[in-house]
Amino acid sequence: MTQSNWQIFKNGIFTENIIFKMAISLCPSIAVTNNLKNGLLMGIAVWFVHVMVGLTVSVFRKFIHPRIRIPIFMLIISLWVTVINLILAAYARDVYKEIGLYLQLIVAFASLLARAEVFASKNKVTPSFMDGMGMGIGFTIALVLISFFRELIGQGSVWGWEIVATKPLLILILPAGGFFTVGLLMGLFNWMDVKFGKAGRHH
Amino acid sequence: MDFGKLFELVIAASLVNNFVFTRFLGLCIFFGVSKKMETAVGMSITFGSVMVISAALIWLVYNMIMVPLELTFLKIIIFIGIVAAFVQSADTIMRKVSPGLYYKLGIYLALIATNCIIIAVPLINVGEGYNFIESISFGIGSGLGFGLALIIMASIREKLELANVPKVFQGTPISFITTGLLALAFTGFSGLITL
Repeated sequence: MTQSNWQIFKNGIFTENIIFKMAISLCPSIAVTNNLKNGLLMGIAVWFVHVMVGLTVSVFRKFIHPRIRIPIFMLIISLWVTVINLILAAYARDVYKEIGLYLQLIVAFASLLARAEVFASKNKVTPSFMDGMGMGIGFTIALVLISFFRELIGQGSVWGWEIVATKPLLILILPAGGFFTVGLLMGLFNWMDVKFGKAGRHH
Repeated sequence: MDFGKLFELVIAASLVNNFVFTRFLGLCIFFGVSKKMETAVGMSITFGSVMVISAALIWLVYNMIMVPLELTFLKIIIFIGIVAAFVQSADTIMRKVSPGLYYKLGIYLALIATNCIIIAVPLINVGEGYNFIESISFGIGSGLGFGLALIIMASIREKLELANVPKVFQGTPISFITTGLLALAFTGFSGLITL
C-alpha cells in the first residue's frame, strides 16, 4: 500500500462514499433520516462500529485463519454493535425508542464486512483506523445531509427548532420522500462528478 | 388461535408495513437484484422460505434457551449466528438433495446471510412479543411483501432500461425515484388495518 493515511481517510469520504458512491447499506439512509437528530446519532453509531471493527480486525489479522474469517468478522461486528446498542439504550433513551431497530441492524451492514475483508484484514492498525474514520465520517456526512434536507423541507425546522412556521412539503418526511431525496442527491453527486471531477481524475 | 388476527398480521406485514416501502429494509438486495424478472422471482422464493424458517427457529431458541438463561442481551450475536448457520446448512443440503433447485436458487442463498431483513424479522418478533404462530405469520407476511415489492420493481425496471433517462440519473438514482413513487402508492394501504 503506497497510499498515505490522509488519502485513505479521504477515500472513505469522497471516492468510496458508502451511500452516494457505493450505494450499499442504504436501509438506514432512508429509515432514520426524517430528522437531523436521528440521522446524526445513527451516523455516529455507524462511525463508532466502523472504527472499532477496523481496529479489532487489523489487530487480530495474523491470528484469524483465512478459511473461517467471515464468521469471525461477523462475530466482531456483532460484538461492537451490541456494545453501541447497550450504550445508546442507556444514555439516549428517547432516540433509541425510535431508531433502535435500525441500530441493531447495523450488524447486517454490507460496508462493515466489506471493509473488514478488503482493507482491515490486510493492513496495519493505523491505516485501518484511518479507513474506519473515513468510512464512518463519509457515512455520517451523507446521513446528516439527507436528514437536514428532509427535516428542513418536510417540517420546516432544523434540529427541532422551527425555521418557518408552515410545513412546506410534508411528503419529504413520509417514507416516499426519503427515496426521492436520496435519488436526487445521488443525481447531484453524479452531476458534480461530471462537472468538477474531471481534473481530479487525471492526477 | 384466532385466525382473523393471524390474517390481519399477514396483511399488515405484507402491505401496510411493507418491508421495502415503509420500513426501508433490504434495500441493497432490492436495488441489486430487481433488474431482471427471473432473478427477482428466484430471490423472493428463497427469501420468503428463509424468513419463515428462521423466524420459527429463532423463536424457539430465544424463548426456550435465551430467556430462561437470561441471555437476551446477546440477541444480535446469537440471531446472526443462527441465520448464518441455517443458510450454510440449507446451502449444503440443497446441493446434495436437489442439485437442480440449487443450480437455480443457490446463488441467492449466499447473499442472504448478511441481509438486514432476515435479521429484522426475528428482531421485530421478539420486540413485539409475538407467540410462535404469530411469529411464523409475520415471517410469511414479510416474505410475501418483499416478494411483491421485488416483482413490481423488476417489471418496472425492465421497461426503464428502454427509457430515455438524463445521464446523471441513470442507474441507481432513477431507481430510487421510481421506488419513491411506488412507496407513495403503498401509502394508500396505511389505514387498511389498524393493529
